[in-house]
Amino acid sequence: MLNKKMLMSSLSAIALTLVTNVSLALTPAEQKGLDISTESKKRDLGWQDSTADMLMLLRNKQGQESIREIKIKSLEVDNDGDKSLTIFNKPRDVKGTAFLSFSHPVEADDQWLFLPALKRVKRISSRNKSGPFMGSEFAFEDLSSFEVEKYRYKYLADEEVNGLMTFKVEQFPIDENSGYTRRIAWLDKQEYRIQKVEFYDRKNSLLKTLNFSQYKQYLNKYWRADVQNMVNHQSGKSTELQWSNYQFKTGLKESDFNRNSLKRVR
Amino acid sequence: MLLEKNKFKAFKVAPQLAWLSALFFSSAGAVEFDIASKLVVEQRFFFKDALYEQQFDHSQASAFIESELYWSWNDGFDSIIFKPFYRVDSQDDNRQHGDIREFAYVHAADDWELRLGIRKEFWGVTEFQHLVDVINQTDGVEDFDGEDKLGQQMVNLSLVKDWGTVDVFLLPGFRERTFASEQGRLRPSLVVDKDNVTYESSAGQQHLDFAIRWAHSIGDFDIGSYWFHGTNREPVLTPSKLGEELVLQQHYNQMDQLGVDVQATLGAWLWKFEGIYRKTSDDSFVASQSGFEYSITGVFDSNLDLGLLTEYAWDSRGETDLGNSGATFQNDIFLGARLAFNDAQSSELLVGIGTDLDHSADSFLLEANRRFGDNFKASVDVRLLQSSDRFDSTYTLRDDDHAQVSVEWYF
Repeated sequence: MLNKKMLMSSLSAIALTLVTNVSLALTPAEQKGLDISTESKKRDLGWQDSTADMLMLLRNKQGQESIREIKIKSLEVDNDGDKSLTIFNKPRDVKGTAFLSFSHPVEADDQWLFLPALKRVKRISSRNKSGPFMGSEFAFEDLSSFEVEKYRYKYLADEEVNGLMTFKVEQFPIDENSGYTRRIAWLDKQEYRIQKVEFYDRKNSLLKTLNFSQYKQYLNKYWRADVQNMVNHQSGKSTELQWSNYQFKTGLKESDFNRNSLKRVR
Repeated sequence: MLLEKNKFKAFKVAPQLAWLSALFFSSAGAVEFDIASKLVVEQRFFFKDALYEQQFDHSQASAFIESELYWSWNDGFDSIIFKPFYRVDSQDDNRQHGDIREFAYVHAADDWELRLGIRKEFWGVTEFQHLVDVINQTDGVEDFDGEDKLGQQMVNLSLVKDWGTVDVFLLPGFRERTFASEQGRLRPSLVVDKDNVTYESSAGQQHLDFAIRWAHSIGDFDIGSYWFHGTNREPVLTPSKLGEELVLQQHYNQMDQLGVDVQATLGAWLWKFEGIYRKTSDDSFVASQSGFEYSITGVFDSNLDLGLLTEYAWDSRGETDLGNSGATFQNDIFLGARLAFNDAQSSELLVGIGTDLDHSADSFLLEANRRFGDNFKASVDVRLLQSSDRFDSTYTLRDDDHAQVSVEWYF
C-alpha cells in the first residue's frame, strides 16, 4: 500500500521531470485521478431524466433553523451538460419562483429565472458560481451537475471513509470563477460514489466539508444519497439537504425545459 | 366592508371551480389543489404637506390581500389559476380597489400551449422603464413605478418551434388605467376623471386587440419582437370642464406598435435594449431604453453580490414644452446599484437615481427588504422626486417625497 503510494509519487516525479513543457501529458497520479472520475461519471450515465424533492435545512451558529423546499427536474443531455428546472416552494415569499439551467461542461451555463410576481422571465448571468444558493452553505457550483471536464485531477491515496475503502482524489476547478482553489473528494472503490468532499477557498484554507449518507440505488444502477450535510468551518453554519421522491425515466422531454414550461411549472 | 364583499366573492367562486374541474376532469387523474395567500400592511409617510388642497397631508395606511388558488390535473398539463386581489386605503378612495389579477385555464402540449382567461403577460429586459411591455393595463394607483398591472382577458396560443416561440394574442375587453383620487397624493394637479372616458374606436372598451410576438434564445442572446394592434394603454389626458371643476379627461386612441427587446448575457455583463415604434392617428414616434447591468460577485471578500445598472431612455417626441406634448423619458439617464446579501433572510438593498438631461427633473429611490422567520417579509422604500420644470411630469409630484414601510405575511 505504502509502497504503491511511494512508487506512485516517485513515478509522478519522474514523469514530471520527463514531460516538463508538455502540458498535455498527465502524471500517473493525474491520470489515475482522471480515470476514477471518468469511471464515476460513466457509471451514472443513462438515467435519461429524473425528478426529486429537496428539503434544505439551514442552521446558523446558534442552531436556529430555516427551511427551503425545492423540487428539481433534470434531463440528461448527450455530449453536453444536463438541463434542469428548479422550482421553489418555501420560504413562501419565493413560492412559484423557478430556475431553468442548461449546463455546459466548459462554457458558461445558460440560466433563466422566472419571477412570479411580475410574470417575468429573466436571463441571468451564470458567472456567480461561487455565491451561496438561497442563503445556504451550498454554492451554486456545489449543486450543478458533475462533468469530468470541469476539473483537473490528482489521485492522492486510498483511505477509509464511512466504513468504506475510498479513492482520495484532488480536483482543481478549470473555471476561474470557481470559489475554490481545489476540492478533495473521497469515492468508494466499490461503486464510485462520492462519500465526502472538502472545499478549499481561494486562499487555499479549508472552508467546508460535505458528507453524503444514506445512499440508495435506483433502477439497479444509479446511486443517490438521501442526505447531504455541508458544514462551513469558517462560519460555523451548516446546511443539510434531505432528498425524497427520487424518480427516474419519468418521460420528461426537451419541451419540459424551455421558457414556456419555466412560466408554467409547479 | 368592501374587503368582506370581495372575500365573499372569492370564496363563492372557488368551490364552484373546484367542483367543475373535479366533475369534468376526474377521468384524467387526481386534481391537485393548492392555495397561497399574502397579506400586506403598508404605511406611507409623505415628508411635505400636500401641494393641492384636497390632498391628504402626511400619513397613508393601506393593506391588501392577494390569494392564488391553483388546480391542476393531467400531470400539470391542464391547470386553472384564480388570483383575486383587494386593497383598502385610509386616504385615497381610488386606491381602495379590487381586481382579478388572473383567472385562466392553461393547456400545455409538447410544442404548443393554449391560455384562456384573465392573465398577465410581461415582455422586456430593462429595469427602469418597461417600454415594450404592452399587454396589460397599468394599475396606476398601486405604485407610481407602473409595475403593477390589471388582469387582461385574452386568448393566447403559444407555438414552440425550433426557430423560436410564437405567441398570438386576442385581447377582448379593454381595461382603463387607474389614477389617484382627488384626496390622493402622487397625482397631477388636475384629477383624472374616471367617468366620461372616450375612445377613438366606436367599439370602445369592446375593441378586440391583437398581438403577435416571436421570442428566441440564440446562444448568449435573448431576442423578442412583436406587433400590437389595438387600444393604446396610455390615455391622452386633456383638461376639460366637469360641471364647475376642471378635470383631466381620458381618451384612448388606437395604435399600431412594433417592439423589439434584446439581451446579451456576456459573462458578468448583461447588455439590454428595448425599442418601440408607435403609430396612432395623432402621431408616430420611436423610443428606446438601453443599458447594461454588471455584477460583481463576492464583493469585499464576502458573500455579497453587487449589481451596477445604467440605462438611457430616448424618445423621438422630445421633451414636453409649451406647445409640444413630448415624452416623460426622452433624454434621461438612470443609475442603480443592487446589493444582495445572500444571507438566510435574503436581505437586499436597491438604490437608483434618474435624471433628465434636457431639463431639471430628478428622482431617487431606495428599496430595502429582508425576510423574518419563514413567513414574513419587511420592506422599506424611500422615493424622492424633484423638478423645477413645470412641463415635467415630476413637477406636480415635487412635494410627494415619501417613505413606505411594509410588512408582508405569507400563508
